[in-house]
Amino acid sequence: MPSLSLLAFLAVWQGLAVYLDNNTLPTPETVAKVFWQGCVSGQLPYHLGVTLLRLVVSFAIAMLLGCAIGIVLGRNKKLDAFFDNWLVIFLNIPALVTIILCYVWFGLIESAAILAVVINKLPNVIVTIREGTRTLDQDLLDMARCFHFSKRKTLVHVIWPQLHPFVMGATRSGLALIWKIILVVELLGRSNGMGYQLHLFFQLFDVASILAYTIAFVTVIQLIELIILKPLDKKSQRWRR
Amino acid sequence: MTDIQININSKTYPAIEQAGHHIAIADLKLSLKSGEFICLVGPSGCGKTTLLNIIAGLDDDYEGEILVGLQQSHPKIGYIFQNPRLLPWRTVRENIELVLDSRQSEAIIDPLLEVMQLTRSQNVYPERLSLGMSRRVSIIRAFAVDPEVLLMDEPFVSLDAPTARQVRELLLKLWQERPHTVLFVTHDLREAIALADRLIFLSAAPMTVVSEIIVPIPRAERQNENAIEVFRQQLINDYPEIKRLL
Repeated sequence: MPSLSLLAFLAVWQGLAVYLDNNTLPTPETVAKVFWQGCVSGQLPYHLGVTLLRLVVSFAIAMLLGCAIGIVLGRNKKLDAFFDNWLVIFLNIPALVTIILCYVWFGLIESAAILAVVINKLPNVIVTIREGTRTLDQDLLDMARCFHFSKRKTLVHVIWPQLHPFVMGATRSGLALIWKIILVVELLGRSNGMGYQLHLFFQLFDVASILAYTIAFVTVIQLIELIILKPLDKKSQRWRR
Repeated sequence: MTDIQININSKTYPAIEQAGHHIAIADLKLSLKSGEFICLVGPSGCGKTTLLNIIAGLDDDYEGEILVGLQQSHPKIGYIFQNPRLLPWRTVRENIELVLDSRQSEAIIDPLLEVMQLTRSQNVYPERLSLGMSRRVSIIRAFAVDPEVLLMDEPFVSLDAPTARQVRELLLKLWQERPHTVLFVTHDLREAIALADRLIFLSAAPMTVVSEIIVPIPRAERQNENAIEVFRQQLINDYPEIKRLL
């Protein structure tokens, strides 16, 4: 069924492109050719790789920090009350503002780019994990306490498995959000990566290349879902009936 | 093993909105002799679980003291909760291993699984167990830590009669093999008589001790439902204050 819907999509695209016969909508064949040329010349893998690297680094930082802060805020009412407003404010600052400010304050450098992405993603992770922490089963925590579980044991065996669905939720929404923001970051202040290339193609009105890059990226995200996230889900849910 | 003395002067829950503050326990004194099986009998909602949580160290907000031997401290606890409270994402065996230090676990767990007839289910996740089996796992978990006091909070409630009887017999077998001090909470007098060395009757809130009665029936005759029923009738006739509680 999924392959059928993909075929239908290609057919509609082909039909529309032939009917319009216009540079703004190239046929799938043209896009495939551009894609192949990009691969052969090494341009596409290079820029894709650069963007993916930024994605991995900023994602890892945001998730680690976000989980730690989220658990603390979920367990500590006073700290939560103190930071709650700030969290809402950071959740609502437009991505563009943080990106511009980071570049202005820290210069057009790699760490400023990563920082901008992390700041955009972090509040999301914190809020999700905080909600998860609030729903922790007190009965199980009491059990861990009266059987004298160490802090580490409690975290690994009692808390983390309960947070797992929330972490996976934050991961999926995070990947989607981060890669969109990274493109803007690259467009505004880097001289490589997908965002930079797309900007270039926009100035040249090269729609075929824009589509080829988009398809490459969407494929990579799908592969991440299929090869990493799905098996992870399956493994951690094996205890469910 | 050491005797344990529990003196709770008062335990109060603060007022919530319109409801005034609630005195759960007032002037409660219990002394547990080492190796003794004690059943706490009282009406539901009288604060028995609160008492167990205080002894387990889960609730520090009370006035009073708990003495282990002569020292004020919390005894080492094995808690069998009303719901088994197993970690659903860990297998039966892992659930038991988690309360132990990893090194000595095998020598402790295997015989316990054997007695409780769970050896074949040890690698199963708790969601696949029946309630009776989960209860048995939680009994193993409590015995595994070799506690100074075993706390049991109506562990046979909501089991059907044959299963309850089976689990009860397994529990007794285990307890006779390895005697521990037991505090067993129930509101079922027959069950209490079948299990206990000593019955302690508790009043409705504010909870306090109404009377203490030694069960004179020898352990060998506890299988006999008649003997238990006769003793129950005798209790109710002799002690009007107990009759009022039931």
